[in-house]
Amino acid sequence: MDPGRRPAGRRIIANDRDLVKSPISVVIAIGIGLVVLLGYFLDLPVLSALRNVLIGWAVILLSVGAWIGIANMLSVHWKKINSNHPDTPYSLVLVTAFVLTLLLGVWDSLFHPANSMFQQAINSIQRPIESSLMAVLTISLAYASIRLMRRRRNAFTVTFFIVTVVFLFLGSGLLALIQLPVVPAVVAGLERLPIAGARGILLGVALGSLTTGLRVLTGADRPYGG
Amino acid sequence: MSWMDIAGIAVVVLSFLLILAFVFIYRKRPLDGLRSIPALNRLQRALGLAVEDGSRIHISLGSASLLNPQTASALVGLTMLDQVAEQSSNSDRPPVVTAGEGNLAILSQGRLRSTFQQANALDQYDPTKARLTGTTPFAYAAGAISSVKEESVSANLLVGHFGPEVMLLTDAAEQDRSFTVAASDAPTAQAVLYAAAEEPLIGEELFAGGAYLRAGPFHQASLRAQDVLRWILAGVLLGGALLQMIGIL
Repeated sequence: MDPGRRPAGRRIIANDRDLVKSPISVVIAIGIGLVVLLGYFLDLPVLSALRNVLIGWAVILLSVGAWIGIANMLSVHWKKINSNHPDTPYSLVLVTAFVLTLLLGVWDSLFHPANSMFQQAINSIQRPIESSLMAVLTISLAYASIRLMRRRRNAFTVTFFIVTVVFLFLGSGLLALIQLPVVPAVVAGLERLPIAGARGILLGVALGSLTTGLRVLTGADRPYGG
Repeated sequence: MSWMDIAGIAVVVLSFLLILAFVFIYRKRPLDGLRSIPALNRLQRALGLAVEDGSRIHISLGSASLLNPQTASALVGLTMLDQVAEQSSNSDRPPVVTAGEGNLAILSQGRLRSTFQQANALDQYDPTKARLTGTTPFAYAAGAISSVKEESVSANLLVGHFGPEVMLLTDAAEQDRSFTVAASDAPTAQAVLYAAAEEPLIGEELFAGGAYLRAGPFHQASLRAQDVLRWILAGVLLGGALLQMIGIL
């Protein structure tokens, strides 16, 4: 048998508990989804009120979910610390930073989350780190562009490069030095092209989001399980 | 009710009817007529190879909040996770999932557990294999890098809402020589991925993932419905522009 392969024939359909659980969660999801969707379009006070209540519940549930997610993140790092994983120092820093931030944040009298000193302490650590990562991205992207020519040599890649260079040139403002009446109009026209392209992509994404939403609404997709 | 609301309801109803119609029309051969997407074909091969050589697949779901419209891209990621987990439930190394939002991490745990339960391989399920790696985009990307590099990962599937920080993940995958398919609903990330990812999915190709991984007839039908809706939308836009040019609108 190949390494990593489990014995065949172990697949079964859902167990009894799943079969019982399935219809209930699906009915709840579809019902609530329909109420929220109709509340968005129809201007009925009852429907709007119900929609607001349901969205309020969703916000509370999502906040609880965010906490569970953080607990999961801490458990992963705790496991790494206990198993002497090579990443243990990083995990220690993460857990320590989390505990410190949490304690300072809940210590209401001195370091309320809205407290300017607390905000400054967090921002002076987080912002420089994220700015450094952004700088790393700039270098990586330049290198990736060079690699791209090696990896995908086709007309689309060449067009990508030419378009990038043209718009970098336009964005540099050098054309503003040319004193011809037609130049500003041409530059303005060219600068609208990326917006048109982005809108085209966003329309496609919107249609995809719509059909994905409909699949969830009809129970064909069940991200909530069941 | 305004005209916009009526138009909105009409689009939703039309989309629903189109999906139902395509499910019925293509019920016997749901993949018929769909164009080939090389990235997804290579992903299928990578999944097979990962099971064969006992390596792991890493799925990253991005950092979309479930209350935002970007959730749709994360839902596609969850659908693809289902398919990947189902295919790799035969392997000793189940997939590892990273997310930049707590609720996405919980949903991915649920999907992994459910898939392994259905495959009678619940012993494979480890809740720490679906994890939140950070709550800001950069923290998430930095945390997910360790999953790319250190868990015998042979292929990465990055599907969800990402910003330019996705570059950190593709770069780590490139250094580790693992295969990467990446898609985002954000145009900025798509531009970055075109240059950085081995196999980027551009535009609405992101939403084709479930259909090509055979997640069910509704996925293929919604892909066809999207195509029809796109033509209608293009017609409306061109018609509107023409009417404006001749001064009617």
